[in-house]
Amino acid sequence: MANPVLQVENLVKHYGDVEAVRGVSFNVEEGEVFGLLGPNGAGKTTTVEILEGLRDPDGGSVSVCGLDPQHESEALKHEIGAALQSTSLPDKLRVMEALRLFSSFYKRGRKPEELLKRFGLEEKRNTFYNQLSGGQKQRLALAMALVNDPKVIFLDEPTAGLDPQVRREIYDVIEELRREKKTILMTTHYIEEAERLCDRVAIVDFGKVIALGTPRELKAHSGGATRIEVRLSKPESNGALKSLEGVADAREVDGTYVLHSKRPPQTIVSLVKHLEAGGNELVSLEIATPSLEDVFIEMTGRRLRD
Amino acid sequence: MSNFASLTRTRILLALRNKMFFFFSVVFPLGMFFLYAGIFARSNPRAVSYFLGPVIAFNVMGSFWGLSATLVMFREQGILRRFHVTPVTATDMLASSLLANYVLTLPTVSVEVFLARFIFHVPSLGNLFSLAVLVTVGTVSFGSLGLVVASVTNTMQETQVLNQIIWLPLIFLSGATFPLAYLPNSVQHVGLFLPATYLVTALQGALYQSFSVSQLMVQILALAVWAILTFFVAAQLFRWEPEVKIPRKAKLWALATALPFFLLGAWENTNGDILKQAQAAFHSLERPANSDQPSKTAR
Repeated sequence: MANPVLQVENLVKHYGDVEAVRGVSFNVEEGEVFGLLGPNGAGKTTTVEILEGLRDPDGGSVSVCGLDPQHESEALKHEIGAALQSTSLPDKLRVMEALRLFSSFYKRGRKPEELLKRFGLEEKRNTFYNQLSGGQKQRLALAMALVNDPKVIFLDEPTAGLDPQVRREIYDVIEELRREKKTILMTTHYIEEAERLCDRVAIVDFGKVIALGTPRELKAHSGGATRIEVRLSKPESNGALKSLEGVADAREVDGTYVLHSKRPPQTIVSLVKHLEAGGNELVSLEIATPSLEDVFIEMTGRRLRD
Repeated sequence: MSNFASLTRTRILLALRNKMFFFFSVVFPLGMFFLYAGIFARSNPRAVSYFLGPVIAFNVMGSFWGLSATLVMFREQGILRRFHVTPVTATDMLASSLLANYVLTLPTVSVEVFLARFIFHVPSLGNLFSLAVLVTVGTVSFGSLGLVVASVTNTMQETQVLNQIIWLPLIFLSGATFPLAYLPNSVQHVGLFLPATYLVTALQGALYQSFSVSQLMVQILALAVWAILTFFVAAQLFRWEPEVKIPRKAKLWALATALPFFLLGAWENTNGDILKQAQAAFHSLERPANSDQPSKTAR
């Protein structure tokens, strides 16, 4: 079996006094789509930037395609493709010119013409960068990440700031790359994105990996229980809620009580009875199917976003 | 195609699509030309020939405005970040800016020379080879100065402030705006510490006094050494990422770029003859043989 394409071991990075990455470890195998899922500021982007050779780590070791990004960054840059966060192109550069320019930097590559077609940018070939929509810019960014036919692709928040329809468009593109067995490391703070696109996911919080596995494994970890979120008119103790029928665990997150239950109907019935007895009232009730959000809540007591 | 070549090509393309570039690199220098030739020189061919040097010096020195502003904008907008994940190096990035700027400066300079010869009937354009050499070392060195400015400032606002602080002494104390010999004596001596003074006097020497490259060797060498030093400093201080802070040593490095002309200025102030040459050129202009009938033999 070949070595993993990406190896990250006990990675550490500080910015001044802030510890952005505090001992992150994971491997990514060839042909795998691997996701770093976590809230903003969890250290995902820093991790990716170290792997891309843009920043030097303060501790631990990383290897990308067998290369050390810190000392072999020149060779590394021929092997990787990246769609970065907060990046841009000159306003008056046309789509086709951008693809041609960037492909001129590499030893090997794909034909810009073929990439245009594949990312649905044929009609925009002569459009200036500043006249593209957000979705078109992102498609161009993905096309540019492929100009050198890279061994590994880094996608940092590929759909951040896009509206839902455009986001799905980008998902289709990434799914196609996945079918082609491209090795991809992506970061995201969208649960849906990680579940839909990634073969394996590392959940990252405060610079640490708090859970790692396939989306299915991670969800199984939380017992495959259904999440019931309720708001109440009066506070209630977690202990009382935990003793309701079918409830595996209960906790308060930002003023909402989050219950995990194996038998949702019974839980709801017993919840209503319990509240009536105590003179409390239900303000709202939501039922969510098990997702990676549950894993995150279970591990951190916080929601993943917002 | 090498990274350097394809970047240069793209930079030229982008500049030609930029209205600001068109104004600052074509309209403004040509406006200066007509102001000097038509009003200061009153269309007198010998005076036009005298003022052509300062006009071209303006054009050449202006390189640092455009280069610093573009590089800072590229960094602020995250454009440099995108190049950073490719095999492009800092030297590719900086050298291509300089070459693109050089290529784009040549047409305007040529037009100015052409207009002087054929509209204002300057009888002799002096030594055109010296002119070519000076325009080359001038655009490269002042362009590199712009790249250093871009590296020691964080925002466009800071860049423009620093540009102003550098620009004003360069144009007022060097003879570019008012002839050096016309300035108060003490100011002339201060001017000898500025790179601009050497560019202006050398361009004037080439165009008005027909000095050859070997007669202008001091200025050419000084500007060439300065170009290499400033480029080296710019490469040392180059930052791809907007959030990366300027290292503390940066200010020292930036000050180091003033060193060559500090030393040369000290020497020229005591032993040199560049000031004398500039004064001689100015005084020869003050006693024109005959402004109605300019002739090649007029001294």
